[in-house]
Amino acid sequence: MSYKEISWNGLWENNPALVQLLGLCPLLAVTATVTNALGLGLATLLVLVGSNITVSLVREWVPKEIRIPVFVMVIATFVTVIQLLMNAYVYGLYQSLGIFIPLIVTNCAIIGRAEAFASKNPWRRAAFDGLMMGVGFTLVLIVLGGIREVIGNGTLFDGADLLLGDWAAALRIEIFSVDYPLLLAILPPGAFIAMGFIIAGKNWIDHYREQREAKPVKEVTRARVTSQ
Amino acid sequence: MTFKLAASPHSHQRRTTQQVMRWVYMALIPGLLALIYFFGWGVIWQLGLAIITAWVAEAACMSLRGRPIGFAWRDHTALVTAILLAISIPGLAPWWLIVIGTAFAVIVVKHVYGGVGQNIFNPAMAGYVLLLISFPVQMTSWPLPQQISQFELSFLDSASVIFTGFTPAGYNLEQLRMGADGLTMATPLDSLRTALNHQLTVGEALQQPIFGELAGLGWQWVNLAFLLGGLVLLKQRIISWHIPGGMLLGLMIPATLAWLFAPDQTVSPLMHLLSGATMLGAFFIATDPVTAATSNRGRFYFGALIGFIVFAIRTWGGYPDAVAFAVLLANMTVPVIDKYTQPVAYGHGGRS
Repeated sequence: MSYKEISWNGLWENNPALVQLLGLCPLLAVTATVTNALGLGLATLLVLVGSNITVSLVREWVPKEIRIPVFVMVIATFVTVIQLLMNAYVYGLYQSLGIFIPLIVTNCAIIGRAEAFASKNPWRRAAFDGLMMGVGFTLVLIVLGGIREVIGNGTLFDGADLLLGDWAAALRIEIFSVDYPLLLAILPPGAFIAMGFIIAGKNWIDHYREQREAKPVKEVTRARVTSQ
Repeated sequence: MTFKLAASPHSHQRRTTQQVMRWVYMALIPGLLALIYFFGWGVIWQLGLAIITAWVAEAACMSLRGRPIGFAWRDHTALVTAILLAISIPGLAPWWLIVIGTAFAVIVVKHVYGGVGQNIFNPAMAGYVLLLISFPVQMTSWPLPQQISQFELSFLDSASVIFTGFTPAGYNLEQLRMGADGLTMATPLDSLRTALNHQLTVGEALQQPIFGELAGLGWQWVNLAFLLGGLVLLKQRIISWHIPGGMLLGLMIPATLAWLFAPDQTVSPLMHLLSGATMLGAFFIATDPVTAATSNRGRFYFGALIGFIVFAIRTWGGYPDAVAFAVLLANMTVPVIDKYTQPVAYGHGGRS
């Protein structure tokens, strides 16, 4: 599998959130704002790259029968590292993401990649696959967070300073302001509805591309077989 | 003489969807009149807004889907959705509330699933739940029954409240909802619930002026008027007795048991039946043929489930009334109910 194929797979064709529908629990739970979405996306991305590399490096020495516990231990180690780092450097975000940082361990997208890709490929490719899957996952998180934040709160990048430092407070965009926000968009049902629309949008784009590719219809030319 | 070969079903009522829907909204008229008599003209404006929104949303969806617009308008299902939603929300609620609710009901709950006949959830109730969890303050600000209100709002005054938030004389909704003693009052179910939470007995709670002789001033007559309309639908065989009967029994039986055990701490069965949205829900909302169970036995269980959930949420839940939640929750169970209540076809075993 070439690097180009790996990136296309991770970003679009086999996107963990849109196509594999893995890791929906954090995806739906923390995407109330773009900042939270980006924070969790980056954390997942780092864990994914780390675990993919490690799993790929040890794949020759791990017996088939106990591979799942080993993968889980590897992933849990990286999650612990990320959790401690976030606790130390982005404490505000650490608090607002709460339980969903340790829960990255249970994110099926990560163990799915370890099992399906990293345990069968050399470490460079595994690392690249982890990066692309992570970026694909993060992008979906950001889109979903953006939609929900705009509809439910009328803002974008609210609280970005929690993640990126004080300068990022200037990133906050107030698109419109209402007295009574549409709470549903911020509550979990809104996440499911918005996610449904995003998946429908992806399917629509795929459908459109297929139709455009299939456009050149064969011109049937009839040969005249009878004389006039 | 020729015998025509036709595909099944061979026996059917000769009624189009439009005729069925017309009966449904004609049967809502007594309840609507009672609402206007007790809660003012606001509901008429809500109806107008809801119907316009529903028509526009339906036309937009149909043209996006590349279907004929007139066809969808003629079957009147969006009209019934709009009417049910408009009479479920408080009459003097701000205009954007009903617009958001109706647009969501028609676009997301109905057309995203494939249009008429394809939706899993009852569109009017899904719209209601969206509004209730997003805008709880506006959705619970019911106006006082006009008989105990200090203000008398004309037709245009209520429009002014709906569109600007103030009457021409400058009163806002909160002031309009104050009784003679200067306290705002909630609906009977809501007040009773608050009183019970404050360790009052039912007898003490019922001293408030909002409770009339039976089950709340105004509300009892509104419910009886919806019951009348529902009986007309039953007589016309638009609906069968299974869903309303099941729902009322499912509500009555646990309510009576609880009341017999602790008459001072529970809402009486009569109040359960004649307050809130019980009758509207039983005869007009739960009976939606698309989202209800299919067989008659299934419909009875479906209704009973709704009734029991209404009782459970009213008694132990976080909301004073629960018809919308109960209907949505029961909608989810419909595939299971249908699977276990499928009638045995003639000649295929079963009990001999």
